[in-house]
Amino acid sequence: MGLDLDFTQFFPSIPYIIDGIWVTLSIVAVAALLGLSLGIILSLLKIGNIKILRWLADAYTSIFRGTPLVLQLMIVYYGLPQMLGVDIPAYMAAVIAFGLNSSAYVSEIIRAGIQAVDKGQKEAAEALGISYKPMMKDIILPQAMKNILPALMNEWITLTKESAIVTVIGVMDIMRRAYVVGGEKFAFFEPLIIAGVIYYLMVMVLTLLGKALERRMKRSD
Amino acid sequence: MINVENLHKTFGELEVLKDISTTIDAGEVVTIVGPSGSGKSTFLRCMNQLEEPTKGKILVDGADITDPSTNINEVRENIGMVFQHFHLFPHLSVLNNLTYAPINVKGVAKKDAEELAHKLLKQVGLADKANEYPNRLSGGQKQRVAIARALAMEPKAMLFDEPTSALDPEMVKEVLQVMKSLTETGMTMAVVTHEMNFAREVADRVLFLDEGKLVEDAPPSEFFTAPKTERAKDFLDKML
Ligand SMILES: Nc1ncnc2c1ncn2[C@@H]1O[C@H](COP(=O)(O)OP(=O)(O)OP(=O)(O)O)[C@@H](O)[C@H]1O
Ligand SMILES: [Mg+2]
Repeated sequence: MGLDLDFTQFFPSIPYIIDGIWVTLSIVAVAALLGLSLGIILSLLKIGNIKILRWLADAYTSIFRGTPLVLQLMIVYYGLPQMLGVDIPAYMAAVIAFGLNSSAYVSEIIRAGIQAVDKGQKEAAEALGISYKPMMKDIILPQAMKNILPALMNEWITLTKESAIVTVIGVMDIMRRAYVVGGEKFAFFEPLIIAGVIYYLMVMVLTLLGKALERRMKRSD
Repeated sequence: MINVENLHKTFGELEVLKDISTTIDAGEVVTIVGPSGSGKSTFLRCMNQLEEPTKGKILVDGADITDPSTNINEVRENIGMVFQHFHLFPHLSVLNNLTYAPINVKGVAKKDAEELAHKLLKQVGLADKANEYPNRLSGGQKQRVAIARALAMEPKAMLFDEPTSALDPEMVKEVLQVMKSLTETGMTMAVVTHEMNFAREVADRVLFLDEGKLVEDAPPSEFFTAPKTERAKDFLDKML
């Protein structure tokens, strides 16, 4: 034992691990899109006037935020097929679980962003005879975006990192590939560090994108 | 123009307006005064349904706005409102603040809406601010834009809720000046204000609210020189 790390023996495997980026990114991208669409719908239910729908949306959010993501993933991958009688491919299970989970967080982000807009804006719009839809679209949402976008960026960064748990259902993402390589060479430290560096770089790129976006929005003030 | 009949408003247990009846005729300028918490804002906000009356009727141009079958947005097109804190749309330029509702609510052509907007900005002394954003304006300028925004809908009546209360003293005058010139155009106006001089000079009638009741309804010459109730006397002693 000791600190005799040997990264050179893993150089040939690095392209193989890096290929996992596309797997990770495609899961994150599709899940983020699903989460955003569903999140928008849920947030509309939450700020709407129909009590039962509001309650359902709140219950949905509470459940998905109140249980481990890995459990949700396992339920979709192992549990649902038992009920439905058809297998769900691992990639699809990952996208579904992350998308459903993300929508709970996204709906809260949007709801909070909308409610943070000064209530006087709604009153001013109403006093001018502007009806609900154009008021939301042209007056409230553009202002809410300032609160929503940075928070959404954070959510997607979290999603990118958390996506590593798809390893448990065998999806060949960055994480799983690092693990496979480690298994072949009976040395896990180096490939896991390589995977860590890749994740870190991805998160940094997303963070910088988010910052650039924020700056652009500040300028348009 | 605006008929208020036996208006009541409660917030939960709190009875804020108690059986208010009055009429504001077309072209009339009415100021609403009274102590803080007496229900002035609530009363004003009932007139365009920003607050829903608990009981009673409000007729605007004959349309009962308390009737659920009345299209409230159509009524609101004809009643402009100016708020204490302006509530300009911060993400829209001054020009677009003025043209958004005419274009999107009334279906006015963009060119015509902009023409009217420029005319109104000139009228409130802000012709050079059309392309500015609201956060670059002073309080007094913001309030004048807000007045112009309401006027851009070419309303038949205007409601003002303490339009000068959030302003630095040196800016109060410019806003009152704009309102005064508006009275000269024959606009129907209901103005909640603490500016007693404004009430005395330009109002046709003064409504005095106290604890949710309309206790005086008189021309300023009467109200300021010979108030009928003790409450009004007390109030005037404090204000003047
Ligand atoms: N949305 C609301 N919910 C509950 N109570 C309210 C609400 N709006 C106003 N009130 C209460 O109703 C009463 C009258 O309020 P209102 O704002 O109409 O008074 P006002 O005469 O305009 O006072 P001010 O001069 O301070 O503006 C107050 O006691 C206030 O606390
Ligand atoms: Mg008030």
